[in-house]
Amino acid sequence: MDAVWDGLREALRLIFHGDAELRDIAMRTVVVSGSATLLAMAAGVPAGYALARSRFPGRTVVLSLVNTGMGVPPIVVGLIVWLMLVRSGPFGSLELIYTKRAMVIAQFVIAAPLVMGFTAAAVQALPRELPDMLATLGAGRLRTLWLLAREAQLGVLAAVMAGFGAVISEVGASMVVGGNLANQTRVLTTAISTETSRGETASAIALGLILLAMMFAVNFVLTLAQQRRAR
Amino acid sequence: MVRPARRSRWPLLLALLAALALPFALACGGDDDDTPATAGGSPVAATATAAPSPTATAVPKIGGSMILATTTSTMDSGLLDVLVPLFSKQTGIDVKVIAVGTGAALEMGAKGDADGVLVHAPASEKKYVDSGDLVQGKIVMHNDFIIVGPPADPAKIKGLKDLTSVMAAIAATGPFVSRGDNSGTNTKELDLWKAANIDPRTGVKQREETGQGMGATLNIADQRAGYTLTDRGTYLSLRKNLKLDILFQGEKSMLNIYSVYVANPQKHPTVKLAQAQAFDAFMVAPETQKVIADFKKAEYGEALFFPDAGKTLEQVGQ
Repeated sequence: MDAVWDGLREALRLIFHGDAELRDIAMRTVVVSGSATLLAMAAGVPAGYALARSRFPGRTVVLSLVNTGMGVPPIVVGLIVWLMLVRSGPFGSLELIYTKRAMVIAQFVIAAPLVMGFTAAAVQALPRELPDMLATLGAGRLRTLWLLAREAQLGVLAAVMAGFGAVISEVGASMVVGGNLANQTRVLTTAISTETSRGETASAIALGLILLAMMFAVNFVLTLAQQRRAR
Repeated sequence: MVRPARRSRWPLLLALLAALALPFALACGGDDDDTPATAGGSPVAATATAAPSPTATAVPKIGGSMILATTTSTMDSGLLDVLVPLFSKQTGIDVKVIAVGTGAALEMGAKGDADGVLVHAPASEKKYVDSGDLVQGKIVMHNDFIIVGPPADPAKIKGLKDLTSVMAAIAATGPFVSRGDNSGTNTKELDLWKAANIDPRTGVKQREETGQGMGATLNIADQRAGYTLTDRGTYLSLRKNLKLDILFQGEKSMLNIYSVYVANPQKHPTVKLAQAQAFDAFMVAPETQKVIADFKKAEYGEALFFPDAGKTLEQVGQ
């Protein structure tokens, strides 16, 4: 247990002494996972919405695929993205491997099904007759879509939180496609892994506490937005 | 049911979106430092204007970037944290160091996924050299493998003189914690069992494979009060957290020899030949060899690595 207290002390020291490397790693973590979440939102919310509202043959299969995607281990995603982006892979010439962009791509693949699946569930939870009612009230097709999306906001924000939480806390994919390069692609989770294997338990705990604090801050803002809307 | 649109809600969501969008913009702008090779030569200019180091005049500024595949033990010891920045300063080359097991590092070099490799498994390396996948090999340095275990030493290996009886004693009592990750250390361990005529899968009591790096494996051996094979460097750097003693050391066959190679540019045209060759040359340069010899010597009271530039495999450790 000593390591935890040492870690706490180390965390406070690092935060209040403004450790430059830590600040860079924390910033990089937010940038990479924030970008991936944003992209997953841009793609996943409309796709999830469309999936919930449309009826086509094979829809159940597609939904099942999305739901499976929500549970795919990040390391598997990392491995596949690595095979795509590595020099001998099909997209090797883009020289994306071991960059932040590669990490954003992998994290996007992890987050998109989460955002899509939760959005679809949220939209489907709306009353079935709602579109007809809106039409009766004189809303046009576009306006109906807009109002439906607004009604599902609670669920959509939950979807975004789930996506962000998944990518900021995963380590496998970031390690494999980012390479955990110091000053380039090292994020909080991969730094924790490095410190652990180096036997620097206190700084590993410190980084873990900082990661938790960051996740709390982001989720607090999102929950605030969500609950305001719920009133 | 459908509430009238209240405008007052939207600023918050927009602010939220903006907050999420900001990092995205930063990611796109800030990513250039990852790929100096494609950035139109600006990093070269940037390093050229940097304060010249004493050796800067002798070494040509090549610039660009390269991928170096290496082993977790070089990474965990911290040696590359010292050498790579020195190399980058001298040559302007940005090195992406990927720490994996020796097996994976060799494979990355053979596929052209890495430009250079720094590994420590001469027997495995030979296959790749023979097949022409890795070229321009140079011996850089060595340290040695040691067998560590619980101070109580249940297998009574302390004081035993030859490796065969050490391995037999461990096999009879266990537990033994193996890397099991195809690394240079793992390869060495399998060689030791083979030399002692023991089948590691069936003949060793409580042999466990971690599939993880040296640091993690030492921690597991520590918790299990088991024996393990480790390179001296990683053990020394983690010793303060471990209740494991050095129980066998010093035999010639326990040398851990590190070499650098370049991926074959004839097989893989994308290999960054100039950068990889520069790294090879840097690793065996006299100034670098001095840095290697002095690495953490003061901290541990003994050297972690011994420079071997220019030696043959037979000459190392003599």
